[in-house]
Amino acid sequence: MNEFAKELKAENADWVSEVKEALGETTITVPREAIVEVCASLKTNHGFDMLADLCGADRGPEEDPRFEVNYHLFSTKHHSRLRLKVILSEDDPHVNTVSGVWKTANWHERETYDLVGVIFDNHPDLRRILLPSDFDGHALRKDYPLRGYEPYSLT
Amino acid sequence: MGLENNIWESLPDVITVKLDAVINWARKSSIWPATFGLACCAIEMMNSVSARNDLSRFGAETFRASPRQADVMIVSGRVSRKMAPVLRRIYDQMPEPKWVISMGACATSGGVFDNYAIVQGVDKIVPVDIYIPGCPPRPEMLVHAITMLQEKIMSESVKDRKDTFEEESRHSVVPGTLPVTEGTALEREIEEEVAQNKAPRPYTVPSKHERRRSS
Amino acid sequence: MGLENITEEVEFLDQPLESQMTLSMGPQHPSTHGVLRLDLRLDGELIVKAVPDIGYLHTGMEKLFEYKKYQQGIVITDRMDYLNPLGNNLAYVMAAEKLLELEIPERAQVIRVLMCELQRIASHMVWLGTHCLDIGAMSVFFFCFKEREKILNMIESASGGRLTPSYFRIGGLMMDLPAGFENRVRQFLDNFLDAMNTFETLVTGNTIWQARTKEIGIISGEDAIDYGLTGPCLRGSGVDVDLRRDNPYTGYETYDYDVCVEHDCDVWARFKVRMRECYESHKIVRQALDRLKPGPIKADAPKVVLPDRDDMRKHMDSLIHHFLIVAEGFNVPPGEVYHAIEASKGELGVYMKSNGGPKPERVHFRGPSFVNLQALPVMSEGEMVADVVAIIGSLDIVLGEIDR
Repeated sequence: MNEFAKELKAENADWVSEVKEALGETTITVPREAIVEVCASLKTNHGFDMLADLCGADRGPEEDPRFEVNYHLFSTKHHSRLRLKVILSEDDPHVNTVSGVWKTANWHERETYDLVGVIFDNHPDLRRILLPSDFDGHALRKDYPLRGYEPYSLT
Repeated sequence: MGLENNIWESLPDVITVKLDAVINWARKSSIWPATFGLACCAIEMMNSVSARNDLSRFGAETFRASPRQADVMIVSGRVSRKMAPVLRRIYDQMPEPKWVISMGACATSGGVFDNYAIVQGVDKIVPVDIYIPGCPPRPEMLVHAITMLQEKIMSESVKDRKDTFEEESRHSVVPGTLPVTEGTALEREIEEEVAQNKAPRPYTVPSKHERRRSS
Repeated sequence: MGLENITEEVEFLDQPLESQMTLSMGPQHPSTHGVLRLDLRLDGELIVKAVPDIGYLHTGMEKLFEYKKYQQGIVITDRMDYLNPLGNNLAYVMAAEKLLELEIPERAQVIRVLMCELQRIASHMVWLGTHCLDIGAMSVFFFCFKEREKILNMIESASGGRLTPSYFRIGGLMMDLPAGFENRVRQFLDNFLDAMNTFETLVTGNTIWQARTKEIGIISGEDAIDYGLTGPCLRGSGVDVDLRRDNPYTGYETYDYDVCVEHDCDVWARFKVRMRECYESHKIVRQALDRLKPGPIKADAPKVVLPDRDDMRKHMDSLIHHFLIVAEGFNVPPGEVYHAIEASKGELGVYMKSNGGPKPERVHFRGPSFVNLQALPVMSEGEMVADVVAIIGSLDIVLGEIDR
């Protein structure tokens, strides 16, 4: 098992619900209540000072739980990478923001909210970022049609 | 408004026919494009003014940042739904006479991006004079398009643009709003004709994808 | 600092502060490198607050990936960061290769490095040209595009496309390098240092340039990491991170080059990092040229990699494989990967998730410009309006990648 996963589990057993290693990458599934604490701990104690990427994914409307949010952590000190995963159900797609831990999470979370529709609680400025504010629906959901609901017209 | 109206109202046809050639020559020799770089094609547009292709040989190198000083809008790249109202407003801000070149597959028909975010062809928003195929077109193709536009300008008459003034003044946009939609008498006539399937809708030719979808 | 609470923003607008005004810069503005829009709150000429507004080029690429087969997605990546299309190809292709666990032959790896470094030079040429154009030095633009044109011609001779090459394929390359390619690159490399000299004379030693860039747009190393800056922007703040060295891919660990780090944290530092990177890329290209040995350019995976034309005419199974790959695609084992490369603008990451079918379930691109732009408010607050243009230029953003 990855050393960071081990240390994390030793720190608090509730923080790690699953560890998966595949293709040279480690994925730690974290319960959504603990994500901010886990991130803060990884940042301060384990040197993961950069959030390289944050992205949401939709598994499809028939799946339950439906959404997942992936946090790709990177350390500028020891150059290792780690993926945290939070799994969310369709009825309650809420997770706490990590923009307090890394400021870069701000736009990533706005993008995830815009395209996937995951709501980040306590986010300082949760608005649409890529699509116009009157856009209907969340484009990256599997049940959103590729061409949208209607062709574009100015009027 | 403008030279055309004065000539049209005060001078008889014979003289305007003679003037056409002079005015058109002056217009075609210094087409100033508006900087309207959107995506990949914008880089090729920049390339067309650079040392190798040198668009200034055709009098079109002065890219103006302000649409008020521009004659031709080169829509270089994909137009997203968020950008479409902006594009229309910039077109409205350009003074007559004005032309539009739709550069590249995305601006012309949506290109490979047949999806929710991209307007399937800029001709749904503004009237287009020249279409350039390619993804992206080479700078030489843009140079060719400019020369084609010059030919088109030479074949125009100042009389042809009489109607567009009416339209332009109607479309002048209040900041923060979309173009007005109610329409002049001329446009209502066209609307009726369109409704009775007598004439194709002007400036809103359905794109390839849309036609396929509706059929 | 940074983007504050939206309610605060609304309150801010409601207050009729006499000395402050709001300036909307863009989306059609010559110095925003595309369709970026900035809301600037100004106190005289000083910037109180800058709020970037993006999305004017949102193309729905990530949605489109889910509807395209793996090999069809390469074409879309070209249009993302259109100044560095080969870097995008590489990131996408390598993520898919990681899922498929393919071994790429040596020659293909070397050609990938060679092409990517050439593309990096081309990308930096556009950056230098437009950065100078924004600040007011017009002639540099023409010199830069002259050099870039040479690189584009080489890329075109190899791949057939100037701006959108789609040269890398899952499992190797589209085709081998054309005859005489190495000589053309060598010729270019011989003349390139002279061109760099021109730029150094025109720009680096120019006192006006230094006055416009020094101590402008400052961001500290800690802030840079916190905001997730990568690439030259991060190295300009004194943080020594380069994914080519730290998370090596395609054999970058075997090349000899320096990672350029500057400690001034301002526009000038980022400028110097990029200028030095051009020399380093020049070095890498030379080494890659020396390593070019004849050999296969495609991985030995007939179910994934398209067969050669000759094979198809002679062998029945090649023909069948070709038909199946083109018509139905290939299945990729389920799993998820995040692969990051050092593109010309920073860390270009691809998150790819497969559900076992011929189309990806989710592809997410972590565009370096998207993250770098987020630091613009921090850099520009307290500066003059004219400096914002310099700061945007130093971030080297591409809107195609930001909005995707």
